[in-house]
Amino acid sequence: MTDYRIQQHPILPIPERKPLEFFWSDQKLTAYEGETIAAALFANGIRIFGHHHMDNSPQGIFCANGQCAQCLVIADGLPVKACMEVVKAGMHIYPANGLPELPKVSQVPAMQPVREIEIPVLIIGGGPSGLSAAIELGKRGVRAILIDDKQRLGGKLVLQTHRFFGSANAVYAGTRGIDIATRLEKDLRAYPSIEIWLSSTALAVFSDQKVGVLYHGHEYVIVKPKVLLVASGAREKFLAFKGNTLPGVYGAGAFQTLVNRDLVRPAEKLFIVGGGNVGLIAGYHALQAGISVVGLVEALPECGGYKVHKDKLVRMGVPIYTSHTILSANGNDKVESVTIAQVDEKFRPIPGTAKSFECDSILIAVGLDPVNEFYLKAKQFNLPAFVAGDAEEIAEASAAIFSGKIKGLEVARFLGLEVGEIPAAWYRTSEILKSRPGKTLIQEAPEVTTGVIPVIHCNQEIPCNPCSALCPHGLIYVDSRDIRSIPVFLGNSYCCEVCERCVVGCPGLAITLVDYRNDPDFPIVSIPYEFTRETLKSKDVITVIDTEGTPLGDVEVISTHSIPTSDRTLVVQVQAPKEIASRIAGIRIQEAAVTQPLAEYVDHIADDIIVCRCERVTAGEIRALIRQGYRDINEIKTVTRASMGACGAKTCTAIIHRLFREEGIPVDEIIESTKRPIFIEVPLGTFAGANGQEGENK
Amino acid sequence: MTTIPHYDVIIIGAGSVGTPAAYYFAKAGFKTLVLDPLPSVGQGSSKKAIGGVRATHSDPAKIRLCLRSLEIFSTWKEETGDDIEWYQGGYCFVAYRQREEQILKDLMVKQKQFNLNIDWYNHDDLLKIVPDLNPNDLIGGTFSPGDGSISPLLCIHSYYTHAMQAGATFHFDERVTQILTQSGKVTGVKTDHATYGADVVINAAGAWSKEVGAMIGLNVPVQPDSHEAAITEHVARFLEPMIVDIRPAPGSSNFYFYQHLTGQIIFCITPNPPIWGFDTNETSSFLPMVAQRMVEVMPRLKNLRVRRTWRGLYPMTPDGFPIVGWAREVQGFLLATGMCGQGIMLGPGLAEMLVRLVQHTNTPADDEILPYMSPYRDFGGQEMLK
Repeated sequence: MTDYRIQQHPILPIPERKPLEFFWSDQKLTAYEGETIAAALFANGIRIFGHHHMDNSPQGIFCANGQCAQCLVIADGLPVKACMEVVKAGMHIYPANGLPELPKVSQVPAMQPVREIEIPVLIIGGGPSGLSAAIELGKRGVRAILIDDKQRLGGKLVLQTHRFFGSANAVYAGTRGIDIATRLEKDLRAYPSIEIWLSSTALAVFSDQKVGVLYHGHEYVIVKPKVLLVASGAREKFLAFKGNTLPGVYGAGAFQTLVNRDLVRPAEKLFIVGGGNVGLIAGYHALQAGISVVGLVEALPECGGYKVHKDKLVRMGVPIYTSHTILSANGNDKVESVTIAQVDEKFRPIPGTAKSFECDSILIAVGLDPVNEFYLKAKQFNLPAFVAGDAEEIAEASAAIFSGKIKGLEVARFLGLEVGEIPAAWYRTSEILKSRPGKTLIQEAPEVTTGVIPVIHCNQEIPCNPCSALCPHGLIYVDSRDIRSIPVFLGNSYCCEVCERCVVGCPGLAITLVDYRNDPDFPIVSIPYEFTRETLKSKDVITVIDTEGTPLGDVEVISTHSIPTSDRTLVVQVQAPKEIASRIAGIRIQEAAVTQPLAEYVDHIADDIIVCRCERVTAGEIRALIRQGYRDINEIKTVTRASMGACGAKTCTAIIHRLFREEGIPVDEIIESTKRPIFIEVPLGTFAGANGQEGENK
Repeated sequence: MTTIPHYDVIIIGAGSVGTPAAYYFAKAGFKTLVLDPLPSVGQGSSKKAIGGVRATHSDPAKIRLCLRSLEIFSTWKEETGDDIEWYQGGYCFVAYRQREEQILKDLMVKQKQFNLNIDWYNHDDLLKIVPDLNPNDLIGGTFSPGDGSISPLLCIHSYYTHAMQAGATFHFDERVTQILTQSGKVTGVKTDHATYGADVVINAAGAWSKEVGAMIGLNVPVQPDSHEAAITEHVARFLEPMIVDIRPAPGSSNFYFYQHLTGQIIFCITPNPPIWGFDTNETSSFLPMVAQRMVEVMPRLKNLRVRRTWRGLYPMTPDGFPIVGWAREVQGFLLATGMCGQGIMLGPGLAEMLVRLVQHTNTPADDEILPYMSPYRDFGGQEMLK
């Protein structure tokens, strides 16, 4: 069986791990100790985990985040989420086909009373904002419990292999997300007043101001905090299109989890829906993992993400189709192709513009919604509560780090600690970090063609300034009062000594150096490069590309090297004609052939578009009710079961709202559905205090 | 001057009684209006009900009405084409101690008098019907195969759509503020939106019916207490009847659970002491309490995953029996409330009877059971089993 593990990665080390054997439908397979069932199955090329009990549709990974319940498998007799459950040696795993049999239990298990724990602060979420807040509390000796549902701290930082944007002074800009996670965790672990509970999920905030927590995945405990800090991040929006539940259609976060955390290659040919930062970055991560990116669609006329992220992708040979939408994912039990079409100004597909591309996976990266239900419940039940990071407002991780820091201080102050005045400048920085991309300015290529000239291919106002600290002579300037301003090179052609720190240090890979000194007609261009060194050697001929993705020509590689300050970013030097040298912004990574459309577009044959994955409710059913005058989502739920499923309405809510919008119903006419606990499904025995290992007493 | 719209019958409350009533009144040709302050049908207590339906009560009124409801539920799909997830799995009251054995056996004598299909099963025979019961200390229990379950959500909604097809009018987001009378007779209602004329006004406001009664100076002795319930994931069928355990334990007087047609287990507990009031917010004490009791009675439930919990209101009367009948003080004011948590199972049978009361076509059977539910009875009695 093919091994779908990543054996080599330009950024991530491939750890030595202990192999173990498990069984999938009685077939013996190999996994690595500590990996999830989902990762182990994907590594063995298994992407269909079962079939839905209502319509037998194939099920697989969608969120890989413990939220959606699509990845149900039967492990040692029990239904579990493959993306959360760790595979064990000798485990017998079967696909969840139809309704699972509840295993027999021969005797009443020992049951303990549920522990109740009082603590000044409970922090839900150990991502960038939760960690930063906890550090501020730890510094002041405040006792707190920080819970996170994953096996390690860092939240989504652990998936971010790229270097971060933002402010170098305030939030570790220029450092890779994975390394920020490690640093924050190390900082936090220095403070003994913070207790860290991993693999621990918040289940509900109750009206008696207590929080139910699934502790270490198997014990139910009730925590009574004086104050709650909700730093539970965001969830991905889902999209309604034909074939949207086929295995191979993932949330972008799921894809990053499989690739960057689990080190498996879930796809060979990927198509991305959504041109925000999440989609753009996921595309870059895919290329780094050796996965082809066939294309990316964005419904708006421009990508919403940072232009430097988009440029990076375009330079590497990924076509970006703006004003396009996905019509369908095609295939019988897995994705085999995607069909897209151009849209008009009202986002309606334009007839005759459909085209299809061969691909085996489709990433959905159409935005995020705050996971704020615990905060809202706490407010409703008068439990003092604060909210930080994406749970408060969707923004970059750098903003979450900073908002967590501020919220940590606010919590300390709430508890009566003297924290002094929180500087007004912090709130301003926080706002700047949250800001969306600003104006794009037209940049002329430098006219000088002598000496050495750094070329900054960064012309959109975004909150980012690591470059300003990189030049040993301080010649790259970003206004420190507002780091959204565009960097400027202050020197002339005799100032730069080609140290290449700016080349490897810009998180957007948007600075090149053009060195005219040796041969003014054929200058040497230093280009940043984040792929494995083996892929480019001296004398290789490569295609160089400008910022907009236009191929400028084929040139010869002189060297591929690293510099001492570099964090895994390499420098590729090429020699290029002077006419194109300063326009070179990158190197094409993938061949144009993989991005070509199929000769004919593929029409999907499925009946209708799924809105509620859990209960298999279609857009047509819901739309019909809206047209009949239904405005109370509770009533739609009654009639269709939409949002009654295992995920707890986490995936369908946004789409139902979208359907209302498409039908022209004003928001104030819509009655929200009642939100009820619990956050994820938990066995009855756990609530009963039967804390033995799952599966015993069978 | 514009004339106010006039209806034959105005029903206050689109819940488990008001909605079926609207259907039967409309079908019988009455011009019917239903008013409810919530945004859509069944959004008060009905949607919180777990869906158990049984005729095996201890008094003739509830037995008769529920027998009729069972007939209606079991044929509803054939009659209307709507699936309300009816499943005839029966009810099973378990006895692990002599006290409960005695209560159940005493009760059965009465139930047999009404020809109810219920029998006592000893330890071994009961385990054949419910193999997953904890066999230790199990004495036996009753099993009534004719009882069953439905989806309260789908049931009420189906009644709603058929009521509208039959010509009933529903106004949501509209609160009754005043009941209009003239010379000791109901003439209509006033709401926060409009005024309507009516010959008959029915108080089917459940937990809120005391407030409605007070509008014409009636003391309707209904006050809500709250019960929490929950639903699990779907699993293949392993349990036929509703299991009821009437042993009191700290914090609760009984609990019950069943496997719905969809494969999900739905369960609920009766808090003791009762939690009075309108608060329907979830508490931290419910899940641990009910889970321990359920795993104790059926260890197999240990690995079943709970999906969602909620809390609803039982419109309780002092003696645990419904309040149904005409008001003596005001002509044309009909009470149909205080279902004490059994509105779903009583609703259809009761709704048909309400039409007969308004048409003055009471059957002898109606006249026989009405005293048990009279608004003017002595509320001192206690129901044997709830």
